[in-house]
Amino acid sequence: MLSKKNKEVLFNPFSKNNPVIVQVLGICSVLAVTAKLEPAIVMGISVTAVLAFANVIISLIRKTIPTNIRIIVQLVVVAALVIIVDQILKAYNYEVSKALSVFIGLIITNCILMGRLEAFALSNGPWDSFLDGVGNGIGYAMILVVVGFVRELLGSGTVFGFQVIPQSFYDMGYMNNGLMILPPMALITVACIIWVHRSRNKDLQEK
Amino acid sequence: MKGLRRFLDKAKPNFMPGGKYAKFQSVFEGFETFLLTPNTTSATGVHIHDSNDSKRTMSVVILALMPALLFGIYNIGYQHYLAIGNAEAGFAAMFVYGLIALLPKIVVSYAVGLGIEFIGAQIRKHEIQEGFLVTGILIPMICPINTPVWMIAVATAFAVVFAKEVFGGTGMNIFNVALITRAVLFFGYPAKMSGDAAFVATDPVLGLGAGTVTDAFSGATPLGQAAIHAGTAEIQLTNIVGEPISVLDAFIGLIPGSVGEVSTLCILIGAAILLLTGIASWKIMCSVFAGGFLMALLANTFATPDYPVSMLSPGYQLCLGGFAFAAVFMATDPVTGARTETGKYIYGFMIGVLAILIRVYNGGFPEGAMLAVLFMNAFAPLIDHCVVSANISRRLKRAKANNN
Repeated sequence: MLSKKNKEVLFNPFSKNNPVIVQVLGICSVLAVTAKLEPAIVMGISVTAVLAFANVIISLIRKTIPTNIRIIVQLVVVAALVIIVDQILKAYNYEVSKALSVFIGLIITNCILMGRLEAFALSNGPWDSFLDGVGNGIGYAMILVVVGFVRELLGSGTVFGFQVIPQSFYDMGYMNNGLMILPPMALITVACIIWVHRSRNKDLQEK
Repeated sequence: MKGLRRFLDKAKPNFMPGGKYAKFQSVFEGFETFLLTPNTTSATGVHIHDSNDSKRTMSVVILALMPALLFGIYNIGYQHYLAIGNAEAGFAAMFVYGLIALLPKIVVSYAVGLGIEFIGAQIRKHEIQEGFLVTGILIPMICPINTPVWMIAVATAFAVVFAKEVFGGTGMNIFNVALITRAVLFFGYPAKMSGDAAFVATDPVLGLGAGTVTDAFSGATPLGQAAIHAGTAEIQLTNIVGEPISVLDAFIGLIPGSVGEVSTLCILIGAAILLLTGIASWKIMCSVFAGGFLMALLANTFATPDYPVSMLSPGYQLCLGGFAFAAVFMATDPVTGARTETGKYIYGFMIGVLAILIRVYNGGFPEGAMLAVLFMNAFAPLIDHCVVSANISRRLKRAKANNN
């Protein structure tokens, strides 16, 4: 089912070509939704779903889209999918939908989407495009989850809302780091991941 | 001296590559050059060498910090004994109490910071940089006395790694490392860095200074009191047991506050040392005070009860809080400040203005000196760039006029 090329398309965005930590795209939502783990995961899933289906749709109609207006067509497709995701979230998980607020809507402007549609879906078949969308979505979601985990653990002492740092620590004088809740720490956490990733992958380093 | 030299020479081969302790070469070199001036000379060209290298510079800054540090230590004890209603405890008891309360923080700040510096230098095969000598003493001096030791360790580690090492180590940092440490503490653990419980040590240390806090006690700093002042009546600042304080009291410094910042008098002694030895720039220092004074005067002229801090006179504004400390020891940091001569005036003036502006008009922050210096650190390269390009265009114009 998966040829060698398929595997590359699917798994490259996990590490070697990760949209967040290698291409540095979609940073805005990494800042905004990762203060807690749950919204981060929901955001990751939403982006993966929108990206995969937008890729498939654009790939299916790629030969009929006039080149001059292709951005508009892409926007319409993405916007339609984002609205569907937004409505589903509002219907089934209202709390998280409120926490994510405008950032679900802003998936439309996420650079990862435009990037993948332009660079991949317009020149590849639907199955490849689907895998590319899923791969990039998961690559994005992975970083969101790591950042969300670190920030929630150190900033609130919880994971998924459950307290994991024992009360005895707090009794001894431990305190949650309020800076972790603020957006700058999301950037610094992402920077740390990039730091580790690049020092492990020598071929990513500039000469 | 000769004995020391001989001892170092004997130990040296062990630390050279291939020796027993080659891993600690950078540490050895650090100590060697700290104790004795290295006798390495340039191989080519003509150079002028000054004995005043960066290690000597750092030592003088430490010396200049001593009056404020010693007064701060005494003040910790004084505030404590005042709080427990035993103001006649005597100088020695107060000083010893303050010393014991502060010492762990100094040790931790140095241990964590120097530890990271040593590791970083060894990994990159650099010499040990001496920049942390000053930073390490500044960190405990700009923190409230009740800051837990582990918080200082966490914040110091964060600041040294992210504000200094990632930029390339001493001399390459954009922001003042000690102030980044304080900013991390301030935003990470606001409950421990501001408010009424942060600035006066009320618990006994090692059995010293036991006693219960008197009823009249309130740990609010003068700026904290001013910030919550309501109504149009003139603000009467008090010390921690409710006795009124004047500008002179604020100048001398027996008031609650971060360890090193309380005594404007001692800070000015330090400023005199820095200026006489030519280490700090008088342009920056004076323009910070000028900017602060003008802004305080302006705020005071248009004083309104909506922003109660604006009702403080300029004299109070300059003597209270960390303003003087930031002007003398933080703004004049040669690494993070402006380097052009005209730029120094602009840089210092803006720090003074911003510090008072934040203090007066931002209700969330009772003190603005830290944020003002950090903010202007970010703008120092821009100021320099503008000054240099203005200079270039002026000279081009002149050259053109002369040619015609």
